Amino acid sequence: MSSQTMTADLSGFRNKAFFAGVAGTVACMAGALSNSDQFWRSYLLAFIYWLMIPVTCGGLLMLHHLVGGQWGVVLRRQLEAGTRALPFNLILAIPIALNLPKLYEWANHEHTAHDKILQQKAFWLNPEFFLIRLGIYFLIWLTLRYLLNNWSYDQEAGGGETAKDKLRNVSGPGLVLHVLTVSFASFDLGMSLEPHWMSSIYGFLYIVGGALTTMAFNILVLARLSEEEPMSHHVRPNHFADLGTLMFAFTVLWAYASMSQYLIIWSGNLPEETPFYVKRFHGPWLTMATFLMVFHFALPFFLLLMRFNKRKKAIITKIASFMMFMRLVDLMWYIAPAFHEVEEAGHHWPHWMDFAAPVAVGGLWVGVYVWQLGKRSLEPVEVHRLAGGHH
Amino acid sequence: MSSQAHEPQAESNLYGLMAEFDDADTLMKACEAARDAGFKKMDAYAPLPVHGLSEALGIDDERIQKIVLCAGLTGTTVGFSLMYYITVISYPMNVGGKPLFSWPAYVPPVFETTVLFAALSALIGMCVLNGLPMPYHPVFNNPRFEMASTDRFFLCIEAEDPKFDLGNTRKFLEGLHSQEVVEVAK
Repeated sequence: MSSQTMTADLSGFRNKAFFAGVAGTVACMAGALSNSDQFWRSYLLAFIYWLMIPVTCGGLLMLHHLVGGQWGVVLRRQLEAGTRALPFNLILAIPIALNLPKLYEWANHEHTAHDKILQQKAFWLNPEFFLIRLGIYFLIWLTLRYLLNNWSYDQEAGGGETAKDKLRNVSGPGLVLHVLTVSFASFDLGMSLEPHWMSSIYGFLYIVGGALTTMAFNILVLARLSEEEPMSHHVRPNHFADLGTLMFAFTVLWAYASMSQYLIIWSGNLPEETPFYVKRFHGPWLTMATFLMVFHFALPFFLLLMRFNKRKKAIITKIASFMMFMRLVDLMWYIAPAFHEVEEAGHHWPHWMDFAAPVAVGGLWVGVYVWQLGKRSLEPVEVHRLAGGHH
Repeated sequence: MSSQAHEPQAESNLYGLMAEFDDADTLMKACEAARDAGFKKMDAYAPLPVHGLSEALGIDDERIQKIVLCAGLTGTTVGFSLMYYITVISYPMNVGGKPLFSWPAYVPPVFETTVLFAALSALIGMCVLNGLPMPYHPVFNNPRFEMASTDRFFLCIEAEDPKFDLGNTRKFLEGLHSQEVVEVAK
């Protein structure tokens, strides 16, 4: 393997991201002064949205080590850089850890004192154990991140088959851990906002949704990298078609899981479960639900069926940007109404900070990501697996 | 290069000219050259799936996509009508106090009928458009063609192609790094 470093000039990309991040942060700081409760809610939304990307980068990387495929060969550097941005997410988690009572009613003693059910759930839903669990998730993700990057480095430095075997061997159990940790993290961070309510498919929705966000994000980065050397030599329309097809698969899987959750709760019609949807079928949240069905499923479904749309870089990047926005709308639909009572949720609208906070966190996160991307060569690790393929 | 083992066929009894290749890359380049030379009625035969071969042959037949889309939408309509007929018209029953027209419960069966119709139409449409089942095919008149299922690659330009000319097409195929070019009887 060549040890030469092939990087593109990404400073403009990085600076733009940081600028958006700083502008968003300033806006949110101003918002926090007038409405600190809302600030923390929007911050949690932004935190979850941008946490799913580096974590799922690791998941997709392990999937690639297990099953192969050219899509993973072209994305590998990006996915590895994504996992290396994870320590920044750990820093972003600190403000949430310090403000649990502002966000979670089970962390609020005044609230739990009058709530028999929450008292009985307290062995799981208490601040100390919550933070320990959050620590365990990050420990697992950071360990996988270390191994996946380190052995990849070995493989490049001449470790060849041995390093490849190690990567493959860690990816099997790693993927199982990925599914378990993302499920439990979604139960903790998202589902426990409404601690009386439960849904066993909730974790799966985050895994699939995260995969969709991450795939869309990576398509956008790949489109940018393919404009310059070295990736301009390697990326072909068929790669975008493959990534678009994966995005299609995750879109359909998202619709399948969302519909399953709704159908089960709707059929069961139990008082512990239905408030989740009653809340979200009033006022602006009902409009958003319809919007999600049409633009998070129906439209991308038909657009991504057509091979022409997936092969054209100009079109697939538009679809990917739109899907990143729709993922935010979906997550907002899950998180934002959780802070309101069933009766009055319909009178609340999404707050402007629900949009500004993801821009703030996202800008800074993308800046860190691009910095990490530039630290290693961009030349695909197993570049020979791209040669010989046909146009 | 060209085989003398086979008697030249009368043009009226000729199915086409078949060139034999060593590997997928040569076959691919030959197909692209034939497509660019304007040949339309031709087909390639390989022992393994070769990615991009249909593009190289210039096949842009989209009939099967249209058939599957129409059949899928028919499946949606049929499934939805069936569910509506059963739950609202034929056997209305109060289940858990829900309205008779409870569309969320229709989604799984309607999804299934959509997939069923689309999948069956893909299978049947593929068979009909390919003329399957086909107990006889002229390509097997080339005794070496059996090796298309082991390790040889073939390109056959059919005599029906308007640009086909026995002498020129043979020269063209021989210029594509082929091992052998033989005439195939109908």
